[in-house]
Amino acid sequence: MTQTQTATHIASLDDYASVTSAGEISELRALAARLHGRSVQMVNSTAVGGGVAEILTRMVPLMQELQIGVRWDVITGGDDFFAITKAFHNALHGESFKLPDESFRTFLDYSAQNRARLQFGADFTMIHDPQPIALIEARAAHEGHWIWRCHIDLSQPNRRVWEFLEPYVNRYDGAIFSSPAFSRRLPIPQYLFYPSIDPLSEKNRELEPEYIVQTLERFEIDPRRPIVTQVSRFDRLKDPIGVVRAYQIVKRYNDCQLVLAGGGASDDPEGGAVLAEVREAAGQDRDIHILDLPPWSALEINALQRASMIIVQKSLREGFGLTVTEALWKKKPVVASAVGGIPSQVIHRHTGMLAHSVEGTAYQIRFLLANPAIAHRLGEQGHEHVREHFLITSDVRRHLTLFLHFLRHR
Amino acid sequence: MLNPNGAAKASDAFEFATASYLVLIENYSASNLVELEQGLANCSDASIFYHTFQSLGRYHFLTEGFSNDFAQWVLGSCNRPALAERMASLDIRDYVSLPELRSDLRKVVAEYCQANPGVGSQAAFEPFFFCATVEERVSLGREARTLAEFRDALKDLPHGALQFHFITSRLRPPLGANDFSQWLSREFGLKDLARKVDQIDIYTHTLDSAREAIIRLVEGELAG
Repeated sequence: MTQTQTATHIASLDDYASVTSAGEISELRALAARLHGRSVQMVNSTAVGGGVAEILTRMVPLMQELQIGVRWDVITGGDDFFAITKAFHNALHGESFKLPDESFRTFLDYSAQNRARLQFGADFTMIHDPQPIALIEARAAHEGHWIWRCHIDLSQPNRRVWEFLEPYVNRYDGAIFSSPAFSRRLPIPQYLFYPSIDPLSEKNRELEPEYIVQTLERFEIDPRRPIVTQVSRFDRLKDPIGVVRAYQIVKRYNDCQLVLAGGGASDDPEGGAVLAEVREAAGQDRDIHILDLPPWSALEINALQRASMIIVQKSLREGFGLTVTEALWKKKPVVASAVGGIPSQVIHRHTGMLAHSVEGTAYQIRFLLANPAIAHRLGEQGHEHVREHFLITSDVRRHLTLFLHFLRHR
Repeated sequence: MLNPNGAAKASDAFEFATASYLVLIENYSASNLVELEQGLANCSDASIFYHTFQSLGRYHFLTEGFSNDFAQWVLGSCNRPALAERMASLDIRDYVSLPELRSDLRKVVAEYCQANPGVGSQAAFEPFFFCATVEERVSLGREARTLAEFRDALKDLPHGALQFHFITSRLRPPLGANDFSQWLSREFGLKDLARKVDQIDIYTHTLDSAREAIIRLVEGELAG
């Protein structure tokens, strides 16, 4: 096992100066100094797994280091509760909602249980996503500012579910969305907070070149020939078949390899079916590498991204698309669909290339393979874009600024 | 006039501050050029600020083709390069008030739609979402009384502070000036240095390269 694989150092605030600047860290301290003694409570539905837990795992210690009293609570519920919240999640993305009306009562019963179990009263209570949304009922008994952080796309929700949730949303002091395109017309202020990546995590930190080579060898990928990669679950909305088709067009003109790296095939029946379809589409092409990776493959994903010449994200629908953020941070030229939060990250011809079809994706890949200087410039600018907007330190700054804003104006 | 070299000290120290910004999502968007013009008429001054002054700071690392959000949308989502060029050419340094800038942006869009009948109602690929800026200013607790201290402080000044003192300062009294040039001129009488600092082109520099250019100018002054 290499040193890279075993490193488990927990980064402190000053460690981030190496990827931002000492000035940026001192700015965070200056902002936080105005909030000393204030308390923050984060509430979400899971302690591990998923993007929210990943962000809070890093954000909470950084805020604590800034001497802000942060606590993180996780709501609990039975299988029936989480079946309902999963149905809510899908319905808020526009799918139909087929559960009976009693499910709303069950949802509120669990919310009442959590309200009784948890302690409130922080200066700032931040509720993440719809699962704990009805905790706002506890507000009457507690002072402080309540903010709802919505991490999902609410632009086209199922009407029945939205009409149930909206009255709760409207009782908060403000709502936070990851993209203007994900928001709704609401009577409360809506703020734009981009999700963030941790540049010092296993998924994103610098790797030793030897480890990258070893990873390629392990997956029988040729390090001497161009690699085009998409990292995503085997999910139809990520359009892996479309990526294979685009690669097949590129392959007529350019020598390259395709890597489709993801998971979800073992724990999701549909994922298994999609994986089988992708394998069939790939046929006997030995330059297509389909890697069904377990969830603990952060270092391998990091190495594959770093070894790639181009990263693709040809999603048909997308949330914010943090795999794009990860690729940009690694200075990779990205070819991606103009869906979800991707256009916030990939500014066409400045920080990457946007495409709208299989043919368009293929053309942009060919263009970048043929123009390495342009690809290099896009990668550099993409990296700066992430440094400025999508790192955990920027996310901390946005939170501090929001808290200061609430103290001064509300 | 004070001799700025050696140990000469300003009577008023330069106090470094920073501005951190929240982005407020406004409740309307534009799907074509006509709606953009309407949005420009109705949006808040904070929205005009966000999509112009703030845009320059947010994308400071791009030194070509990205001077304001309106121009970028007109180019990328409406595919109207001629209009985008006209909107991009509105230089924020020429404006000391946001209503004045808003008026010119509206005028450019309206004239284009009038000269190109039918174009204004053509749907854009992606809507334009109007947002606005909420600014929170905080002192960095640092000050400079000499040119050497000023130069040293610039070296690790965060981007937010550079933007605050060098770009958005133009909208604060005294209007149209950056804080650095004001201080150099007022405290040391260094009008030529102040002018050169003000001439650094914020459209073709990144914040970091503008910072380096200011430091070089100050070091040149210190070297006599």
